[in-house]
Order: sequence, then C-alpha cells, then structure tokens
Amino acid sequence: MKLPPGVSASDFAAALEKFAAVVGKEWVFSSQDDVDLYRDSYSPLWHEEDERVPSAAVAPDGVEQIQAIVKIANTYKIPLWTISTGKNLAYGGSSPALSGSVILDLKRMNRILEVNDKNHYALVEPGVSYFDLYHYIQDHKLNVWIDPPDPGWGSPMGNSLERGGGRTPMRDHFASVCGMEIVLANGEVIRTGMGALPESKTWQQYKYGFGPYVDGMFSQSNFGIVTKIGIWLMPSPEAYRDGVVSVPKHDDLIPFVDTLSFLIDSSVVRGTMLLDSPLLSYRASQGGSVLDMPGGPTVAETEKLGQEKGLPYWSMELHFWGPPNVIDAQWEYAKEKFSAIPGATFKDGRYYHFPMEVKDTDAVPWVALGIPSLSVFGLIAGGNGHMDFSPIIPMQAEAVFEVLSAFGKAYADLGIEPKNQFFSLPWCFFPHSFVLLFGFPIAHDVEKNRESRRAFQRLVEVAAEHGWGEYRTHVAFMDAVSNVYSFNNHALRRLHERVKDAIDPNGILSPGKSGIWPKRLRQQRA
Amino acid sequence: MNMKKAAVLLILMLTAATFAWAGPPQEKDSQLERGHKVYDKWCFPCHGTGVGKPGTDALKARGQNPAVLEERTDLTAALINTVVRHGVGFMPVFRKTEISDAELDAIDAYLMRNNKK
Amino acid sequence: MRLPPGVSAGDFSAAIKELESAIGKEWVFTSDEDVNLYRDSYSPFWHENQEPIPSAAFAPDSVEQVQAVVRIANRYKIPLWTISTGKNLGYGGSAPLLNGSAVLDLKRMNRVLEVNDKNHYALVEPGVSYFDLYRHIRDRDLPVWIDPPDPGWGSPMGNALERGGGYTPMRDHFDAHCGMEVVLPDGELVRTGMGALPTAKTWQQYRYGFGPYMDGMFSQSNLGVVTKMGFWLQPQPDAYLSGSVTVPKHDDLTPLVEIFANLMNSGVVQATTTVVSPLAYSRDPELVKLRASGSTRDLEDYAGQKGIGYWSVSLPLYGPEKVIAAQWEYAKQKFSAAIPGATFRDGASYKFPLTEEQLTKIVNPVPFGVPSLQTFSIGGPKSQGHMWFSPIIPMTGEAVIEAQSVFDKVAQSLGYVTGTTGFPIWNFFARAFVIIYFFPIEHDIEKNRRSREIFRRLIKTAAEHGWGEYRTHTAFMGDIMDAYSFNNHSLLRFHETVKDALDPNGILSAGKNGIWPKSMRKAGA
Repeated sequence: MKLPPGVSASDFAAALEKFAAVVGKEWVFSSQDDVDLYRDSYSPLWHEEDERVPSAAVAPDGVEQIQAIVKIANTYKIPLWTISTGKNLAYGGSSPALSGSVILDLKRMNRILEVNDKNHYALVEPGVSYFDLYHYIQDHKLNVWIDPPDPGWGSPMGNSLERGGGRTPMRDHFASVCGMEIVLANGEVIRTGMGALPESKTWQQYKYGFGPYVDGMFSQSNFGIVTKIGIWLMPSPEAYRDGVVSVPKHDDLIPFVDTLSFLIDSSVVRGTMLLDSPLLSYRASQGGSVLDMPGGPTVAETEKLGQEKGLPYWSMELHFWGPPNVIDAQWEYAKEKFSAIPGATFKDGRYYHFPMEVKDTDAVPWVALGIPSLSVFGLIAGGNGHMDFSPIIPMQAEAVFEVLSAFGKAYADLGIEPKNQFFSLPWCFFPHSFVLLFGFPIAHDVEKNRESRRAFQRLVEVAAEHGWGEYRTHVAFMDAVSNVYSFNNHALRRLHERVKDAIDPNGILSPGKSGIWPKRLRQQRA
Repeated sequence: MNMKKAAVLLILMLTAATFAWAGPPQEKDSQLERGHKVYDKWCFPCHGTGVGKPGTDALKARGQNPAVLEERTDLTAALINTVVRHGVGFMPVFRKTEISDAELDAIDAYLMRNNKK
Repeated sequence: MRLPPGVSAGDFSAAIKELESAIGKEWVFTSDEDVNLYRDSYSPFWHENQEPIPSAAFAPDSVEQVQAVVRIANRYKIPLWTISTGKNLGYGGSAPLLNGSAVLDLKRMNRVLEVNDKNHYALVEPGVSYFDLYRHIRDRDLPVWIDPPDPGWGSPMGNALERGGGYTPMRDHFDAHCGMEVVLPDGELVRTGMGALPTAKTWQQYRYGFGPYMDGMFSQSNLGVVTKMGFWLQPQPDAYLSGSVTVPKHDDLTPLVEIFANLMNSGVVQATTTVVSPLAYSRDPELVKLRASGSTRDLEDYAGQKGIGYWSVSLPLYGPEKVIAAQWEYAKQKFSAAIPGATFRDGASYKFPLTEEQLTKIVNPVPFGVPSLQTFSIGGPKSQGHMWFSPIIPMTGEAVIEAQSVFDKVAQSLGYVTGTTGFPIWNFFARAFVIIYFFPIEHDIEKNRRSREIFRRLIKTAAEHGWGEYRTHTAFMGDIMDAYSFNNHSLLRFHETVKDALDPNGILSAGKNGIWPKSMRKAGA
C-alpha cells in the first residue's frame, strides 16, 4: 500500500479507520483495485515511477462528514486531494499532484439544491455533473440554459473552480459563480458573498457581499473545500444562428482581429469562437504544418496556394443567441464591419428556434446550445487520451503570427514533429484575450509520453519568454507553470503560500495544487 | 466650524473689494494661464457654465449673481482659500495633494483677474 | 501634534523624520491645518467627539515610496488609512475609521500608464480621477468609453476597490477590472493575474492568471495597498436609445421585474436603470394624502386618472443602431404580451461621439461615459452633505414591494417621512437590485444622531429580512459586518486569520469593513 509522505503505516491505518467511522466502511477505498480507479486515465506518466498515484480515497456524503474528515486529516497530517466529479481529464483527472495523497471524492454529494428560472441561477453540490443539471432543468421544464464545457460529465462546480470555459455567452465559468460554501482546513464552514448573512435572500444574486471578496482565492486553489456553489444561468434564448466570416490574405488577420475584438467588447458578438484557417489546415493535411516551421513555405507561397485551391487564409464561425430580430441585426452589423476587409466573404449557417427539433443527421453544435455532450472525445484520433497546453495570448493578430512562428521554431529545435498536437489556433473562451488549447495525445507508451512532456515543458518556457502564461495545467506540470509566474522573485506564490500556511498550518489540503505547497511539504516542489 | 462655514457663506454673498497684485506682467500672464488650467480641472466641473453644475446652481439658489465663479469680480484670495480649505455647504475641502498652495494662488489670480482695481 | 493610538511622541517624531527623508518633507503633513483637510467633509459625527480624526498624512509619489512608508509604519506600528483620491464621499470621504490613523494619500500617484483602444483597457495609478482618464482619452481621440460613477472626481481604482457602480454596460466596476499591483503590509510588491508573469503581455486582457485568483481579497479590504490597476473599457458605441415602459397597477410590478430580469440576464438590456413609481415624489396634495393613508386601489385610480402609471422603468440601450432598435422592439413585445395596459415611450436617442454642443445640454452625461459632478445637486442647493444606505435586495417585484414597506415603516416609526415607493431601486449590478437611500448630513448634532439611529435600525431590519448592504460609511462598517454573521461570524474570522498572517503589526486601514488587526480586535468589537 502506498503511504502519504511522512505518515507511518499504523497512523495511516488508524486514520482510515476513523474515516470509515465517519463515512461508513464502504466509502473508504484502500484496496489496490479501488484506489487504481483514481489514477489519471490520461496520465502523461503512465507506467513510470513519477505517476501521481493516491494512497486511498474517502467519499463523504455531507458537509458534516467533510468537517470530520478534515479534523482527522489534521490529527494524522494526511494530505487530502479534493475532487468533485473527478473528470478533469487532460488536466490530471482525479489524480493528486502529490503521490500518496488521499482522494477526497465528493461525487456522492450530487444534489441540485435550487434552480431558479426567474433570476436565472442554480445552487449545486460538487458531485452534480453538467448532465445532471441539464436533465434536472429539462425534467422540471425550467426556462434556463446551462453552459457546458466540451465534456459534459464534469462538475459545474469543479469546472468553474478550475476556471474552465464553455461556448455560450456564459462561457467564463468562474465569472458566472455567485456564492460559495466552503469547509476550511480547520473544519470551519464559511459562506461567501451574501451567504455570510444568515437569512440571506441574495446569496446567488449578488457576488461580493461585504468586505473582502474571497471567492477567487478558492479557485485553482488548495485553501478550502467548496461544498456548495451558485452559478448564474442564461434565460433560454428564443433563437440561435451562426455564420462564417472568411478573409483571403495573411495580413487580413490584423483588421480581422481588431474587428472581432471590437464586436466582442461591444457585446454584439458573444460566446466562444475558434479562429480557423482553411488554408493552413490544408497545408497541414498535405504534410506541412499549421505552425510556421523554419524553412517552410513563405507567406506569399502559402497565399498563392490559397488562391489556387480557393481557400481563405482565415475564417471564423460567429454565434448569436437571442431574439430573432436582435440576432439578425447583430449578424448584419458584424458583416458590415468585416466587409471593410477587401475580399471578406460571409456564409449564413444554422438557424434554430427553440425549442427545436433535431434530426439525427444534423451537425448540431450541442455544447453551444447548452446541451452537454461527450463528442469532444471523438476529436482525438489515436492515443489513449490527451493533455492540454493552454497559454493565454493577446487578442491581436500579431500575437497569433508570433505564436505560429515561435512554437514552430520550438518544435524544430526539439526535433519533434509538430503533428503530435491538435488545435494550433486560438479560441476566445474569455473576454479580451485569446487562449490556445494545444492537445497533446497521451499514449500507453513511455517513449511517446516522454516526447510529449519534453515538448510541453519547452512550450511552457517558450511561452513565458514571449509573455504568455498558461491559464490551467495538468497536475504533472503545475510546478513548471507556477515557476514561470515569477514576478518579483515569485511574490504572488509567496503570498499564496503565506495564506496557505495561515489557514492550513498542517498542509492537509491538496498539497502542490497550482504549485502551492504547504510549509512542511515545500521541498516537494519540482 | 459651523460658525466658520456660515461666515464663509456670508462673505461669498457680499461684495468684497480687496485687490491682490500678482507680480510683473509676464509672470502674471503665466500665473493666469496656470490658474485657468487648475480652475478648469478642479473647479469647472461644479462651478462652470452649462447644465449639471451643482456649485453654480447652489450659488444661484442663494441669490448670488453672477453665480459662475469665473464671471465674478468680487472674489478675494482670503475667501477662495477659506472655501477651498474648509469647504462650504456640500462642497468638501480640497487637500494639498489635490490643489497645492501654489496652485491655489494661481486659482486666486485667475478668479480675481477681472476685479476692479 | 496628534498621535496615533499606542505610539509615543518620541517614536512618532522619529517616524516622521524617516518619512520625510523617504518621500520629501513637503509631503508629510502633520500640522492641524493640513491634517484637517483629511477629515470627512460629510461626517455623520460633525462636532462630536466620536469623529475620527487623522494624526498625519503621508503622500508618496511612487511604488517605492509606498513601500518605504509601509516599512516605516511597521517599525513604529503606525496605523495607516489608505485613500486614492479621497473622494469616497457619502461613505467616509478621506477620513480613517480609527481615530489617529495616519492617512496614506495616493493622490500624487496620478499617472495614466496605458490606454489601449484595440483591446479596450486602461492601466492607471490610484490618484487618477475619472476626469483625468476621460481627458486623457479625449485628448488623444481614442474611441473608447470609461464608465464613471455619479461623481467624476473619484478614482477608477478607488471606486472599483469599493465595488462601486456606473451606468453603461461596464457598470460593475470591480468586475471590469483586470490585473492589480499591490504593496503588501510588509512592503512586498505583488502583481496579480497575468502580471505575475515577468514579461506578461496580457496583464490587462486576462484576469485570473494561474493559481488562486486573489484580486477580490484586496477589495473593501485592508490587506494591501493597490498601486496599479487595469480596467476594461467599452468601445465607443455607435448609438444610444432609451425607451420607457409604464404599467398601470400595483401588482404589475411582478411581471414588470420578471421580464426586466429576463432581458438583463439575456443581454438584451445591459446597463443601469431604476425602477420607479411615478407616484413616489410628486407633491400634489391629493397624492401626498393618498400616499399617507390611501389604499393601493386609491393610488391606482389616481395613477389612472392622471395617466401616469403605477410603475415605470426606462431601458437604456447601447450599440449599433439597428441592434438597439431591435432590442427595444423585442422588449416592447415582451412587456405588452405579459402586462395589459403597459405603455411605451421612446426617450432620448444619440449617436456618438456627441458634439460639444450636445454635451453642454445634457444635464447628466454620466450614462454617456462623461464624468460629471451633477449628482451633488441631489440634496438641493442647501445640502451640507449626505451618506448612503445601500442594501442589496432580490430582483423581484415581491422583494421591491416588501423592502419598500419594511423600510418605510422603520423610517416612519422614527418620524422620518418618506412615503410609499420612496426608496430608489437600481440595478448597478447584474442579477440583484440595490437600494440607494439618501441620508442628509447636517451640521447639527441632534439631526445626525437621529440619522445614525435610523441608519442602524435599517441595517438590523434589513438583516432580519435577509438583505445586506453592499458598502457603507466608515461609521457603520462594524454594524454591517456584524450582520454578516453566518456560523458565528466564520467569514469575518477567516478574514482576520488572513489579516494577521499578512499584517501582523496591524498597520493597514484598521477597522476597514469591520476587520481589525489582532492587537485592536477588542477595540473594534
């Protein structure tokens, strides 16, 4: 049996027994078979010594049980790694950053406490999935949409706390959080925002409460265990439509992104878009790359290829949700604005009025319609999973050009084919910036994974040299990413760690999460 | 303070006939220019011309004519300085990090530029 | 010379000497004349002993100087009270909560460091005012809007940190910020969000960075001194249109607010407005009588006879002309389908930029991104100041009616005449309403005492109904934090744990929002 670092076998056994007394024997998992279920299915360290594996798991079914577990963990100095639904695949799944941690699995706490379709919010427990919430809303015929991220089996709470993104106008999931209940490391329960008011009527309607607004401290964090979270929903829109804008030339991206940024920041275009390049995709399909490889084709050559093949250099599908007359006006206006770019072309796309009838054959953008789905997992051909490299870059064409050449050069320097990842062009999951989601395939092949990790590590460094940092990362790379956020001798991380030491002196909650180590385990930092 | 404010108010409404000389002509011009700038930044938003100027409106309601400070010919440095540093009615005080003593002198010069000699 | 609490005269003079050499003699204020400028011009304690008076003021001009001041304050345990422009009037102005605190005045740090009109953001220092930022943008002819709160002389940073609101779609000022630089109580400098990346290109474009997102803990807080802050701006919209909806019956408020909430939360309407009753303020004697003693039915009849309606809301729309026209059309459809007798009126419409000529005619230009001081006419020309009672209530018709009647009863029981529907209801923030209720400040001890008594009664009554204030005057910070007492004040105790860890000497803004450092915690309770 794997043990938490610094914990004796007898202490560990005693702790597990006490956990069992709290949650019931059947909810403490310590057999190898059971504990293996908490390994990261997409671990980049499969079959290697360094794979982050837990020592046990405990699955409480209530706030009081969590409070009791935390107290036991303090007594025996047992590190607990909290998961909600444990579906954080590509970023570590259900596995800890510190091997030997006990997984605190909150999946059993799966109650939907409230969905309000007049003020448009939900209050949920950690174990509720997007599917659960969607079905609840459908069953109760409520007039609201959720905003699922690509995979729908994850937790609205977990995804929001990891600051994930979806596709609809509510795409910035942390920004949609309103009110939390948290068990602190000492077992104390706090409610944030208006929840601190005992009879509060607006816990899910006003975020900030009175005094310091602390919710953000509990995102991507190991400062507490969130047990309830409020999430703002969108009233069901009357209609959805989309349309594609394409521009022919490389440098057209400059006015293209300026226009996009204007439209997004003016709220004319909302939701999440992906920059596409039919031309670069074609170049990649012919054995080239989307990235600009040193010695590869020049811009002029690529543009010439585009002319021959009738492929635009850049394109983007825009999405609109709302009353039909409003979204028609928005699409009209967007076309007017993009028409300033010579050669810009437009294509009307789907148009749905809700509730809609769907034919099996329709290529429906499920997630953009607030319907959770797992279709994203079909994207990755080959391999046994993936992990995401996801730096934030400026919402500027120049930054996109810089990315394509900087990462092209990085791959060339590494001597690795850039084909080992997918999606090279940016998304706008968040306002005001782009984010890249390079997906690296994970294989049950030590050599291939090593190559992916080598590329990943190098890209983190290259990105930092260019002023780009990751918004989120796999547990195996949390220290690596945290290390580049080093302004003023890591002043922010030192602040995080001072707070950590003050509120979790025994360092029991998720050690190593986001590169934050409690004092007694700080030497574990990579 | 109450008495002081009342006194300030009283002075505001009276015609005072003091005269302050603000140095030789060139210096005087640059002092006026500076005063105009500081006035535009700090005083105009409340005491200027046009709608939505509560300082002007308040003085008008108190029977002051003209109510716009720039149009006055009876202001004294003592009065201006007292009001700026002690406030009056809903007008708060202005600190020296906002309007320095030198800038206040310049406002004085600017607002007294049309005073009868 | 006044002394900070617990600091000896000898220590204080020694500290002053060090401060003078750190930031310059002329920026260390200790004379009563200079220090009095930091009193709250709208203090509810005028002429009373309880008025907190600062002992000194220090005005650094750079981050390094702020760090130096903070380090000296730590050595001599001098409590500091940080202000940006010090214009937080109605909520305490520039005065500290703790008598004898020294004011850390950041007004001299007034540089606009960047305005970007492609990604629509600004990076500013604490002393920059909305007027300053507006002029900076106008002088360069940049097609971006700021979102000023009512008074324009305040600080975008200060207002956002106090979580104030404005009128355009960027109205939630804390929500619109992106990236901070903060001097911690020990003098250490941190940058939050992407600013933690030394070469960051997106400090003002992505809020969260990596790891715990700390910015919120520096709002309404005494955990650090914010020295730089980024703000998202709105691209200048093409046009503006406002349309008002009026409904005839008392109970129409429920569907009115329900549709309003749907439009807001759908993004069809995106800016600040107020739900009013045309019956609330008129001085027509007949109406005054009906408000005091008439039934709802009487008021409805009166409204019907005069053709003024019972409730009204005007919808401010910003954007491309064809889009806002479509939004107004749609809103009218929704309201008329749900509420018999709903009537509509087209209000002002503008194309931007406004001409100078147009600007001089607009009494309140704040909703068009132009800072103003027009709001100070609120108490009438004889006003001597004001403070605000500002509870958050649910965005429902029922809550509005309940809050109106509950607060009205409190005010009336204390002899304060308000009248039905007299507590203004705003939507400065997404998804909830906030009442912004005006209390006059007088140079009259008795009147102020009574105002304070009513204020405290309202806080208690609000808390009993589950409504809490979003912000308050320094005089009531303790009362309000007391009301936020879930689980034996566990959130406050969490704040205090963090406070003690980061500020063991308790030098930053003691008592702010009810948070006291360990050494003074008894004093605060």
